Amino acid sequence: MGVRRLRAAFAKRKEEGRRCLIVYLCAGDPSLDITAAAVKELAAAGADIIELGVPFSDPVADGPVIQAASQRALVSGTNLVKILDLVKDLRAQVQVPLVLMSYYNPLLQYGPERLTDDLNAAGGDGLIIPDLPWEESAPIRAELDKKGLAAIPLVAPNTTKERLTKIASAASGFIYCVSLTGVTGAREGLPPGIKEYLESVRAATELPLAVGFGISTSNQARLLAPLCDGIIVGSAVVRTLHEEGLEAAVRLVQNLRQEL
Amino acid sequence: MSLPDDRGYFGAYGGRFVPETLMPALEELEQAYQEARHDDTFRRDLDYYLEHYAGRPTPLYYAANLTKYLGGARIYFKREDLNHTGSHKLNNVLGQALLARRMGKQRLIAETGAGQHGVATATVAALLGIECEIYMGAEDTRRQALNVFRMELLGARVNPVAGGSATLKDAINEALRDWVSNVSTTYYLLGSVVGPHPYPMMVRDFQSVIGREVRQQILAAAGRMPDHLIACVGGGSNAIGLFYPFIDDQEVKMWGAEAAGLGLNTMQHAASLTAGRPGVLQGAYSYLLQNEDGQVQVAYSVSAGLDHPAVGPEHSYLKDSGRVNYSGITDREALEAFQLLSQTEGIIPALESAHAVALAVKMAPQLPRDEVMVVNLSGRGDKDVQQVAAILQGRGADYGCS
Repeated sequence: MGVRRLRAAFAKRKEEGRRCLIVYLCAGDPSLDITAAAVKELAAAGADIIELGVPFSDPVADGPVIQAASQRALVSGTNLVKILDLVKDLRAQVQVPLVLMSYYNPLLQYGPERLTDDLNAAGGDGLIIPDLPWEESAPIRAELDKKGLAAIPLVAPNTTKERLTKIASAASGFIYCVSLTGVTGAREGLPPGIKEYLESVRAATELPLAVGFGISTSNQARLLAPLCDGIIVGSAVVRTLHEEGLEAAVRLVQNLRQEL
Repeated sequence: MSLPDDRGYFGAYGGRFVPETLMPALEELEQAYQEARHDDTFRRDLDYYLEHYAGRPTPLYYAANLTKYLGGARIYFKREDLNHTGSHKLNNVLGQALLARRMGKQRLIAETGAGQHGVATATVAALLGIECEIYMGAEDTRRQALNVFRMELLGARVNPVAGGSATLKDAINEALRDWVSNVSTTYYLLGSVVGPHPYPMMVRDFQSVIGREVRQQILAAAGRMPDHLIACVGGGSNAIGLFYPFIDDQEVKMWGAEAAGLGLNTMQHAASLTAGRPGVLQGAYSYLLQNEDGQVQVAYSVSAGLDHPAVGPEHSYLKDSGRVNYSGITDREALEAFQLLSQTEGIIPALESAHAVALAVKMAPQLPRDEVMVVNLSGRGDKDVQQVAAILQGRGADYGCS
């Protein structure tokens, strides 16, 4: 399904005049069983797309919350093979698109062709790789395209127009718009200049725009909604799940859903 | 042969594997560096500071006592330990800090393992009047407390990094996070030939002053080209600085000493070239210590400056092409060489450099007496004296060594 399943998720919300809510979970934090339960409950609570983070030892684009979650997941013995098994199990139970977000090295060691074969067979829909810029991504993009899976790139507020054009032309699924120049983690308010930034991305692509990094509150979601097609909430969900449990995470997602 | 290529690759190795936020910064840096290297004013400024501030050229010293003791090849030391701040690190820092000033950056950040790069960066930041922040693994701040004080004395802020293994790898991650967050105002002054393009190329170019001087000095001192060049390899900047000007001289053999820690058959080492395999970490594709899932392994060495799971991409290329031979030196061998050089020549080397000395100690007796060997003495051992005292007096566990 891949790209088609993602396209359908955005189209459905658009018809309703609403926005997609994309939730990030660190797979295996604290165990894959809990991740499986969280995916099901959060999808039922209104998450339209779930990103499953593949834990990595050196997550340089992430702030302290996801960094710590990755450590816990690694300690619990999580790896890509087990996450692909989880995707397969979940695909039989949930309809939402499931996208893997991973640093490049674990994917590279697994092998791009084998990975996209196995992700496709498991019913996963795409890949987000925060440390793989457009210039280095051609081999894995080719494999994703072959299988109809989404190659979801990240763009940042300081991405030049030339780069935006190149990145957008090679993207599929949606564009992940990093809201600010910084790492992941909840912040107050909205970054200055975000409207102009998102307008410039909009001018470069027909694909849906999803905004992530630093978004944690319903208020932020409400302010951002008119500017984009979806918002991505990561650290706030990961922290709530870790500190307060699944019920609290469900409430957070329900509250965010209402704003979108 | 001109490497890296325009995508920053040395053969299969190198590239740019960073968050999108840093790509414009790397493009800006590459352009600024290309302009600076062809700018006479920039080169004159750098030459001035290298001569009058760093103290270059550093001597090439014939180690007559050690040569006699070992009874083989003639051993010369390139005395990078006599640079201001006590190591080769200053060569690169001067180059990059002048570049940062030229680019109008108000703030320098850097990572440091043993503290040599941090001290050099704090020094030049003071010289040029630029704000400076240093990231250092919490474990390393303990092992190198005196260097932390030096950096603070020089006006820099030192941030201990407690995450991960609390060593150099984690300090680099934290510096990268800072850079991602403050990219418009901040210059990331990387300390070795690692990281995304253009750093491996730029740091190599700044460190190549070592090898260029050796070429002239060895002809004057020995009347011939060297048969062997030896340097320690952590990230690999002092080694590439020595090797690079000789790469096309096929008669010159090159040897890199990696940290084998407690032994290559233990998991306690930092020998990414001799015991790792290629992968992506901290912006580049290069040899790496990792498990089968691609998770980075914690490196170990008695020497904080070699204690890193990855190596510069150009070394990976030089290994695969067979131009340089890399092998492991254990903590024990390095500590023995540390004492031997102190006692035969009255030179206390940095523990990093002691790995190169140890390789020379192994090789020299096997070689004919008319062969000439140049060993890079990348830094002085003042910073390591307390740690070595504790190890030799049986309290090594306090310093993470057994």
